[in-house]
Amino acid sequence: MVNQLAIDIAGISFSYPGNDGVTFQNLDLKVAKGARFGLFGPNGAGKTTLISLMTGLLAANTGHIKLLGQEVGRQKGPVNQLFGFVPQDFSFYHELSPVENLEFFGAWSGLDKKTINTRTDELLTILGLNDVRDKQVQKFSGGMKRRVNLAIGVIHNPAILFLDEPTVGVDVQTGRAIIDYLIELNKNGTTLVYTSHQLNEAEGLCEQVALIDGGRIIAQDDLSQLLKSHKQENLEQLFLALTGKEYRN
Amino acid sequence: MFKLLTTIRKDIRVLLRDKVGILLMFIMPIVLVIVVTNIQNSTFQLVNKNKLSIIINNSDTGQAATQLIKAIDKIGMFKVSQVKGDQTQSQIADAMHDKDAMLGIIIPSNFSQKVNAKAKSVSGKALKSFGLQGDSVKNAGDVDPLTVYYNPILQDNIRLSIQGALRSALQLVESRETLRSLYYSINEKVLPDSLEHEMLNNNTAINEIPVSKDGTRKTPNATQHNVPAWTIFAMFFIIMSLGGSVVREKVSGSFIRLKTLPTNFLVGLVSKQLTYLSVTMLQAAVIFSIGIWLFPYFGLPALNLPLDILALIIVTVVCGWCAVSYAICVGVFAQTQEQANGFGAVSIVILACIGGLMVPSFAMQGFFKSAANISPMHWCLQAYYSLFLEGGQLKDVINNIIPLFIITLVLQGITYLGLKRKNLI
Repeated sequence: MVNQLAIDIAGISFSYPGNDGVTFQNLDLKVAKGARFGLFGPNGAGKTTLISLMTGLLAANTGHIKLLGQEVGRQKGPVNQLFGFVPQDFSFYHELSPVENLEFFGAWSGLDKKTINTRTDELLTILGLNDVRDKQVQKFSGGMKRRVNLAIGVIHNPAILFLDEPTVGVDVQTGRAIIDYLIELNKNGTTLVYTSHQLNEAEGLCEQVALIDGGRIIAQDDLSQLLKSHKQENLEQLFLALTGKEYRN
Repeated sequence: MFKLLTTIRKDIRVLLRDKVGILLMFIMPIVLVIVVTNIQNSTFQLVNKNKLSIIINNSDTGQAATQLIKAIDKIGMFKVSQVKGDQTQSQIADAMHDKDAMLGIIIPSNFSQKVNAKAKSVSGKALKSFGLQGDSVKNAGDVDPLTVYYNPILQDNIRLSIQGALRSALQLVESRETLRSLYYSINEKVLPDSLEHEMLNNNTAINEIPVSKDGTRKTPNATQHNVPAWTIFAMFFIIMSLGGSVVREKVSGSFIRLKTLPTNFLVGLVSKQLTYLSVTMLQAAVIFSIGIWLFPYFGLPALNLPLDILALIIVTVVCGWCAVSYAICVGVFAQTQEQANGFGAVSIVILACIGGLMVPSFAMQGFFKSAANISPMHWCLQAYYSLFLEGGQLKDVINNIIPLFIITLVLQGITYLGLKRKNLI
């Protein structure tokens, strides 16, 4: 049986206007369906740019990106239904309640009213937001806002979920709860593509990892295989061994 | 349709929770329209109905000075009170403050003497030119000037009106003396009062008739001028809420997230435009209602709506759409909410100035007269004035609606390009 790819990036090149920022040259990356995949690298390595390319926020100059066999293009299409995106910023309406945010983003994700209501109830219960479901999000703590951010990204049960530092700035309890929920999602078939600087936490979540630096994939494999082949004990040591210890801007 | 309705519901919720924005969009323009109409109505009444208080310091004991005071009183524009002669400038200023007078006039001590001398000189010259023998002609020289003190709050146009009125009073006094002198030189008798009255009094009436397109003869008032003008200002002031809202969505990353979702961004733009267009309609309805029903309680003339209500609705919709398009455009290009609010407020005031909301366009000169054409508020105002002041109909405002429509489309185009350039759609 052929292992179907969730993400198939082949030969993409990309540079920002005026070559301002990271540049990709002929980059390839494959992520298996159902994987818990971590993309790591120092600041400015190209993680966010690569996620922006995979989610169609940016368009590659050459090459192609396919999600579950469907090409990501500049034009929106059925491919946008396949994935969810949890950005690092709190990308929702702070004036609205969690229910109102989920209603709006659910509709934009292509769900009908009934499904939105069902999913809203489910998600708010799972993520512990039921008691504050009708309160304005602007009064929430950072951890609660992170959970709202996550709920919006998964309301339409996406096959692939892109997570850009989903636990940054939260307490240990919230971080643990989010990671547990992500593992639960993955068990139900969702492919996770995760980036973070919190490598201890990442080690508990990701089975496959890729290290990116200067717009190049410098290592990619199962985490255990990579640690073994580079003779490192954990992800942080592996990261420093491959990307160096000097400051990055 | 479900997506659009949900988006509209979201926009309404966001709007309703922006208390400061609502305050700026509704309360501020309402206060503005009431205050400005009141002030302009007071100025209008000051010139047309109320009398300006004036004090006269008569240092002359002659006939001409008395006649001049009577002539000033007879103009009907002034409430005259006299103070004792030979006062200093500061005493006049104090007297003006005491009597709450806008004007103070000093008639010099030799006024009558100089007026008489000039009258004799002029009549002598006249007789000589007729070939008649009169008194020997001497050049009398000019009468010493009257000194007029005025309260600096008087606007230029009012001061010019006052100056014109005083000149005609002076002219009357000098003409009377010349006429008397001439009559006496010829007949050696005093000019009879009836003849003097007939010769000097101007009995030709001036009828003032406002020209309107619908043939009605209603005289425009401060309400008819101000309510439409400040309604336009209010509509454009939604930039304070809408511009900021667009910036917040950009900065929070909501736009970016929406870009990853399987819905066309056009839905979001249409929703914003429909929501805020409804707000502008509500603003217009509220301000017009205040003009119609509340103004009389403030002692202001009630607003008369145009007869062509359809034209009024169409103009208001196009004007509101233009205001919404401008606000979204500014929101797309502003980097921060402070930028959107600051630039938005200042630009609205500038557009209002060059658009003729604060100074009439016809009073502008050169560059500013041409610049009025690029202000959408100018075209809105022209259309409203055509309906409210001239009794115009839809056909009369088409020429104003078309440029407004074009400006709106240009703003929409710029917004689209801005969103593309910033990779937001």
